[in-house]
Amino acid sequence: MATAEVDQQKKFKWIGTRPVRPDGLDKVRGRANYGADHALPGMIWGKVLRSPHAHARIVSIDTSKAEAMEGVHAVITAADLPEILSEESKIGEGPTNFRDLSHNVIAREKALYHGHAVAAVAATTSAIAQQALEAIQVEYEVLPHVLEGDDAQAPDAPILHDDLFTKGVEPRPTRPSNVASRTEMGRGDAEAGLAKADHVITRSFRTKAVHQGYIEPHAVVATLGEDGRATVWASSQGHFMIRAYCAKLLGMDQSQIKVIPAEIGGGFGGKTTVYLEPLAIALSGKAGRPVKMVMSREEVFRATGPASATRIELRMGCTKDGKLTGAHARLEYEAGAFPGSPVGAAVMTLFAPYDIDGCLAEGYDIVVNKCKVAAYRAPGAPMAAYAVETVVDELAEKCGIDPIEFRLQNASREGTQSAFGPKFKRIGNIETLEAAKAHPHYSAPLGPNQGRGVASGFWFNGGMQSSATVQVADDGTICVVSGNPDIGGSRASLAMMAAEEFGIDVKLVDPQIADTSVVGFSDLTGGSRVTFATGMAVVDACRDVIRQLRERAASIWGIEVDAVKWSDGAARATNGDAGLEPLSLRDIALKAARTGGPISGRASLTARGVGMAFAVHICDVEVDPETGKVDVVRYTTVQDAGRAIHPSYVEGQMQGGAAQGIGWALNEEYIYDADGKMENPGFLDYRMPVASDLPMIDTVIVEVPNPTHPYGVRGVGEVPIVPPIPAVVNAVHAATGVRITELPLSPPRVLAAMDARRN
Amino acid sequence: MARRHVSTRVNGEPVEFLCEPHQTLLDVLRDELQLTGTKEGCGTGDCGACSVMLDGRLICSCLALAAEVEGAEVRTVEGIASGNELHPLQRHFLEEAALQCGICTPGFLVAAKALLDGNPDPTEREVRFALAGNLCRCTGYDKIIRAVLDSAAELRGEA
Ligand code: FES
Ligand code: FES
Repeated sequence: MATAEVDQQKKFKWIGTRPVRPDGLDKVRGRANYGADHALPGMIWGKVLRSPHAHARIVSIDTSKAEAMEGVHAVITAADLPEILSEESKIGEGPTNFRDLSHNVIAREKALYHGHAVAAVAATTSAIAQQALEAIQVEYEVLPHVLEGDDAQAPDAPILHDDLFTKGVEPRPTRPSNVASRTEMGRGDAEAGLAKADHVITRSFRTKAVHQGYIEPHAVVATLGEDGRATVWASSQGHFMIRAYCAKLLGMDQSQIKVIPAEIGGGFGGKTTVYLEPLAIALSGKAGRPVKMVMSREEVFRATGPASATRIELRMGCTKDGKLTGAHARLEYEAGAFPGSPVGAAVMTLFAPYDIDGCLAEGYDIVVNKCKVAAYRAPGAPMAAYAVETVVDELAEKCGIDPIEFRLQNASREGTQSAFGPKFKRIGNIETLEAAKAHPHYSAPLGPNQGRGVASGFWFNGGMQSSATVQVADDGTICVVSGNPDIGGSRASLAMMAAEEFGIDVKLVDPQIADTSVVGFSDLTGGSRVTFATGMAVVDACRDVIRQLRERAASIWGIEVDAVKWSDGAARATNGDAGLEPLSLRDIALKAARTGGPISGRASLTARGVGMAFAVHICDVEVDPETGKVDVVRYTTVQDAGRAIHPSYVEGQMQGGAAQGIGWALNEEYIYDADGKMENPGFLDYRMPVASDLPMIDTVIVEVPNPTHPYGVRGVGEVPIVPPIPAVVNAVHAATGVRITELPLSPPRVLAAMDARRN
Repeated sequence: MARRHVSTRVNGEPVEFLCEPHQTLLDVLRDELQLTGTKEGCGTGDCGACSVMLDGRLICSCLALAAEVEGAEVRTVEGIASGNELHPLQRHFLEEAALQCGICTPGFLVAAKALLDGNPDPTEREVRFALAGNLCRCTGYDKIIRAVLDSAAELRGEA
């Protein structure tokens, strides 16, 4: 835990300013090295053979023809990797079982989805590797498959895993099931609360799988030497995660694997696990050459992290004057081929913005013959918010109360007992609602066929473990070393906090992201945690250095260290000793060799006191009455950042999250054919928002400082994707009168709903 | 397969390379010429991360064959600045935080430069449509559009 004392009132020199990010120059000049940009002498190319069936037993794999091809250096199947026993992992984001992870990386007895890896090759060129894949003969026994969560629960459904028994139900089931678990969470008596209500709305919602859509496909270069030591260059949301997962899956020690983080071209949760990395290491070991693997976009869609498809049934009730009295939700989240959807988080978040006496949420984690889901920005929450926030809108309408006013009347606040356990500490739910209400957008006139929607969102944010070291060079400049990939400006925010601590120009701080052998363990870049938790580690390490700087000054001056304070970049004697000119960082650094040696500090911590985040979005849409096409014409995001270290990058998170949510609401979906093959595995048919689809996205940063962070930081990355879906859907209702309970709101779906209403 | 010999100019310098007949310009830029600033997001012409200028025309280098650039002039993100002086677009992208992860940035810079070369005074709508072939998943485009409009103003001498 950070020893940082809290000084929230102080005026800051760097916090809240907008300096150019230190890694920016390389990124605008095309010099920054991302996952696919690395190359080594003697490097060869790896490719993956993927299952053409959604569910099939692998009877045999004959690799001999491929192995005999000129230019082919290695072919591997699951038989080349150790068998992994079932064991829960604590490393990644969301629940993971090491055996499942191993089987997802390469199928063992069964292929469980179309696109599931079954073999891999490494060859001199990628063209030869591709030909070698075609020469591998796999004999499959095709099994019946199941693609939808509903069908997976039917008594006669094909079972994916013979040893999967539903957890969380009594008595313990005796037959295997595709329902991996049931969880529930609540507060008070939901049914009694609903019975007290004057208005009860009951609705059922469906959402499709959507992809995180990072522009950079997964990529890795790996070497494994005869001495059993591996080096991996990869872009990911956590190189320590890659090290731990690869060690586990390959039966290696973590000390045998060094992972060097590349720049990451977007992740949004989707790069919090491994796909290619263990295969690249295994191929390199077999080939005796460095191996590079890069996924095609089609592979990214077919075989990496979509967010769950969901079905949610929700009942919520309120009194005539708009007091929420009870709520009940049943959430079914598809996990893909292995257990581990984010339904647990969904169950925890869904009622968080509201103070409801009786609420209960039940969550079901369901396996189907589709790609295993991965975390996606506030995992599980956007779909849950879709349900709750549109029903809240409907209840407000029934009561004749303004939707923001209705939310304010029912808002959770400091001291409210949350449904998921703790009482809320200092939170900005009310403040964000008030700011949205006061925003000129909320009262601006609307044009014909236009409507306005609002929605709230909540996310916990993450703490977890972080490490940092801070080194002083003898010219008085600072190097800040941490272990979290910079996915959207965290180098800048860490450097700014360090500059603030030392009281020096931010340009004198060099923030570096070090590989797994250089800096202490750090959990993933995920859970909106880097500026918060790694920021705490950096601040602690800076304070460690400042303590040493004061000691050095005291020894130079021959006075007690307690008589030396640090401010504005210099040690100063506090007792007003005449003639003791302040000693700047540079002065002390220059004398370091003679006063005790190099000066460096470090901190490793588990960050506690996470600042939970709330956001309110306002969305105006225009709906074409002829075609049903929905255009977002104005959009405003309001969010409690705690404190914005670099406001531009906070705004960027808010805008980017809003855009992803708008895409989720309007266009994006995985479409499967009857055989379980994704039909739209490319950006042409899986249509993410482009510049001409969107308006400017206005941002209002509310600052309700998190009292446990030295600069008041809350995480900012995830909550902005929570409100957009319901904000858009509520706006479509305001424009057309129809409430659509299935995503996406594609023109045919909207038109059909409008036609049904017109008739 | 016989490799083809190609002579071309890349970012103003004469360049020669050998390529397979099926190799894309993107692959040759990245894997043979070590110009990895041009990115691959899709390989199918749908994301714009691989945008380059070919004889003054904006193209997706993932859709062009390397052999086609014989005698041509190719300009990539590495050739946007003049020497050590950043192009105004690069400067505005930095100052206005128009990049988060930055993987789309090279493509946007090249495409935006192509736009401004032909239309020095675009409206917001024109910028949005001109850049509609470039996907960015991080920013929601807001800061990118502003940076392009501000660069245009500076290039016109208005800023
Ligand atoms: S890589 Fe060429 S358009 Fe996407
Ligand atoms: S900044 Fe990440 S895709 Fe554009």
